[in-house]
Amino acid sequence: MEATAAASRVVSAPENPPNPWIPRRFRVAARKQETSDTFSIELADAGGEEHEGFSFRPGQFNMLYAFGVGESAISISGDPAAGGQPVHTIRVVGTVTRALGALRRGDVLGVRGPFGSAWPVEEAAGRDVIVVAGGIGLAPLRPALHQLFADRARFGRITLLYGARTPRDLLFGDDLDRWSRRRNTGVQVIVDVAGPSWHGNVGVVTSLFKRVHIDGPDTVALICGPEVMMRFTAVELLQREVPIDAIHVSLERNMKCATGFCGHCQYGPAFVCKDGPVFPFARVKPWFMVREL
Amino acid sequence: MAVDVRVIERSDLSALLVALREAGYEVIAPVPGDGSIDYDVVTGDGERPAGFSDEQGPGAYRLKMCDHELLFDFAAGASSWKKFLFPPSLTLFSAQRRQRSFEVLPGTADPPPRAFLGVRACDLAAIDIQDKIFLGGAFVDPSYRQRRKDVFIVAVNCTRAGGSCFCASMGTGPRVSAGFDLALTELKIGERHCFTAEPGSDRGEAVLARLGSPPAGPALEAEARSASARCAASMARQMVTDGLRDLLVQNQEHPRWRDVASRCLACANCTLVCPTCFCATVQDVTDLAGERAERIRVWDSCFSAEHSHLHGASVRRTTRSRYRQWMTHKLAYWIDQFGTSGCVGCGRCITWCPAGIDITEEAAAIRAGGATTTAPNSGG
Amino acid sequence: MQTRDLEKYVAEHPFFAGLKSDYVKLISGCAQNAAFNKGEHLFREGDPANQFFLIRFGRIAIDIPVPHGGAITVQTLEPGDIVGWSWLFPPFAWTFDARALELTRVIAMDGACLRGKCDADTALGYDLVRRFSAVIAERLQATRLQLLDVYGTVKG
Repeated sequence: MEATAAASRVVSAPENPPNPWIPRRFRVAARKQETSDTFSIELADAGGEEHEGFSFRPGQFNMLYAFGVGESAISISGDPAAGGQPVHTIRVVGTVTRALGALRRGDVLGVRGPFGSAWPVEEAAGRDVIVVAGGIGLAPLRPALHQLFADRARFGRITLLYGARTPRDLLFGDDLDRWSRRRNTGVQVIVDVAGPSWHGNVGVVTSLFKRVHIDGPDTVALICGPEVMMRFTAVELLQREVPIDAIHVSLERNMKCATGFCGHCQYGPAFVCKDGPVFPFARVKPWFMVREL
Repeated sequence: MAVDVRVIERSDLSALLVALREAGYEVIAPVPGDGSIDYDVVTGDGERPAGFSDEQGPGAYRLKMCDHELLFDFAAGASSWKKFLFPPSLTLFSAQRRQRSFEVLPGTADPPPRAFLGVRACDLAAIDIQDKIFLGGAFVDPSYRQRRKDVFIVAVNCTRAGGSCFCASMGTGPRVSAGFDLALTELKIGERHCFTAEPGSDRGEAVLARLGSPPAGPALEAEARSASARCAASMARQMVTDGLRDLLVQNQEHPRWRDVASRCLACANCTLVCPTCFCATVQDVTDLAGERAERIRVWDSCFSAEHSHLHGASVRRTTRSRYRQWMTHKLAYWIDQFGTSGCVGCGRCITWCPAGIDITEEAAAIRAGGATTTAPNSGG
Repeated sequence: MQTRDLEKYVAEHPFFAGLKSDYVKLISGCAQNAAFNKGEHLFREGDPANQFFLIRFGRIAIDIPVPHGGAITVQTLEPGDIVGWSWLFPPFAWTFDARALELTRVIAMDGACLRGKCDADTALGYDLVRRFSAVIAERLQATRLQLLDVYGTVKG
C-alpha cells in the first residue's frame, strides 16, 4: 500500500513529543531593581521531576509565565557559563511584565524555552567585534559579551556602543566598568538627554561611530535595540565597510507560542520566534523599509 | 501498484458508516445546519440527508434542496475539518496555586479516534498543510498530533464545482490523489446511484473487505474519473499561480492594497473559514479567588489590531497592511515557510466575505500591473 | 601663538579638510586660540554670537537651561567637532549654552570678520556654507532620532 505524505508525516512525528506549551517551574532566586522600570531576576530549579537543568545560547529567549496572568517573551541576560540559573532583565511594559515584576525571592513562575537563534559568537573568533545596544537591547547582548570576554584572547578588538535614554536608564553599570578596563576593548556610552551631573556623552548612539576606529572588513557586528536605531546603525556599519553578512540584528514581534504555531511573530517570510530573533542583517534588510510589515 | 477500486451501492453507504463506528471511530459527516453545510457526529443508522445542494459566489451562499437525492452535491461550507484537528478553543493546561508556587494540571482531554466522512480534495490538501505546521517543524503540537494520528479519512471526489471553487488551478482537486483511507466518487447513472470506493491505506482496504464491496469495474472507474474531469473543466474561477510568490513579494506598495482595504471590513471571516489559517492567541483566565488558572488557546486572525501588538501599539495599523499580510502570507510567504501555497482553492474566503472580496480577483489585479513602487526582491 | 601655528591648526582640523590653502591663510586671520576650564562657559543662550569654535582638545556640552537653575544636556562635542553656527545667521545670538566638560582648547573664529570675508569672496562663502550645512544636516538628523525617544516610555 502506498504510504501517503500526510500519513508518513503523522507517523514520523515522535510518539511522545515534549509538550512545548507546558511551562517548567522555576523559583526566583534573586531579584535586582536595575532602573525605575527595569528589574532582573535570577531563576533556580523549583524542584520536581520536570527539571533537567537549563542551558542556552546568547541571544535566545524564554517565555515567562506569571500564574493566571499570562506569558511574555523575555530574552536571557545572564552569563551562559553560569549554567542552570537563567537571568532575565525585564522592563515593565504591560500586565504580564508587571506581574513578573511583583514576584519576590522564593516565588515560582513558569518557564518555556530557551527558544530562537543565537548571536554568532563563534563566527567572530579571530576578528574584531562591535556590539551596538540601545536601551533594554543591551540585555540580550549581555550573554554574548560575557562569552566574548570569557574567551577574550580568541577575539580581536571589542567595541561596545551603548545608547540609553538618560543616565538613570543605563543598565549593567558594573559590567560596563569591568568591560571597559579589559585589554583592547572600547566601551562608549551615550544618552539622549542628561542633566548637568552627567559627564559622559550626549546624543544618538550612531554619533559614537566617529569616536571609534572600526576595521570594517574584519569586523563582526551585533546590534540590538529599537528598529529605527538598528536601521541607522547598520547604515553606519556599511559605510565603514563592515560586510553585510557580518552584521547581525535581533528583532522583536508579538509572540504567543515561540514555537511557530501561533502566527503572530511573522516578519515577511520569517517567524521571529524560530528563525530569529537574531537574524543576519542581509536577510531582513529588504523588509526593514516595508511599512507595517 | 494497481489499486482495487470497489463499488458501494447507495443503499449500502450507511453500512460503511456503521462499520467505521464498529471499528471504534466516532464518525463525523456533513449535515445541513444553520443555513450552511456543517459537520456533526453521526448517530443512529448512519443514513445521510439527501438532496442538498448549494449556490455560492462572492459574498453569497444559499443552501437548497434538489430532487436529485445526491448525498454530496454541495461544495465547501462555512465549516472545515480544521475545527476538529485544531479546535477553535483548547485549554492548554490548568494550574492550581500552591502557596507561592503552582501545580500544572492537564488541559482539554483528547477526543476518541474519529473518522471524517466527506473530506473534499481541497480540504484534504488543507489537512496536509496543517500537518506541516503542527507536526513538520522542530516542535510538535501534542493536541494536534493526538487528534490527527488516528483520523480515518473518507474522501469524496467532487463532481460539481461550487460557485467559488478554484481548486483545479491550485492543483489540489477536484479529485484526491493521496492522504486518504478511502476515496468515494458519487455517481448517478440512470437509475443506479452508487459510489466508487478507492482504498488509500491498509485501514481503508480492511474496511472495504469487511463490507464485502465488489470491484467497481473499468466502466464505473472511467465514469468516476470523467465526472472529476468534467467538474474540473466546469470550474469558472481560477488563480494564476505562475510567479505568484515573487509577484506579491515585489508589490508591497501596489495601489491595489489600498483599493481592497477600502472594501475590506477587517471582519476576519476569511481567516476563520480558511481551512489552513492557523493563527491563535492565548487567553489566561482564573477563578474569582485566583487559585485556579487556565491557559486557553483560541483562534486568532491577522485582521485584528491585537495580532501585531508590540509595545502598546499595532505594527499593522491599517486594514491595507492587514489584508496585505493575510494574502501575501497565504500565497507567497507560506511557500518560503512550508514549501507550499497556503491556499487550496476551496473558495470559502470568497463566499463568506461580507464584502464579496475575491482573492483570485485581487491577485489578478496585482498581476495586471499598476505598481508604482517595489520593495523587497529577495525572500530571505 | 604664532599665525603660522594657527594656520596649521585650521588646515588640520577635520572641519576644514580640503580647504584651499589661500582660503586657510585668509580665514586664519580671523582665528585665535582659546582655552576653557572645566565648567566654564564658551557662551550662553541669548549672548551675541560673534564666534564659532573648532575643538582641538577636551569636550563641550551643549546645554539648554531649564527653570529651577538646571540645564539639560542635549549633545556633547569632542575634538574634531565644531561648536556653533548662530554667528552665520541673523539675529546672531546663541540659542543654547556651551560648557566645557573638562579643560578644552579651541580655535575661536571671529564671525563678523569671517562674514565680511565671505561677502567679499562669495566662492569662500559658498564653501563655508556647504561645510556648515553638512554639520547642520547631521545634527538635525541626530535631533530627529532623539525626538523619537526610541528608548522612551512605551505608548499605551
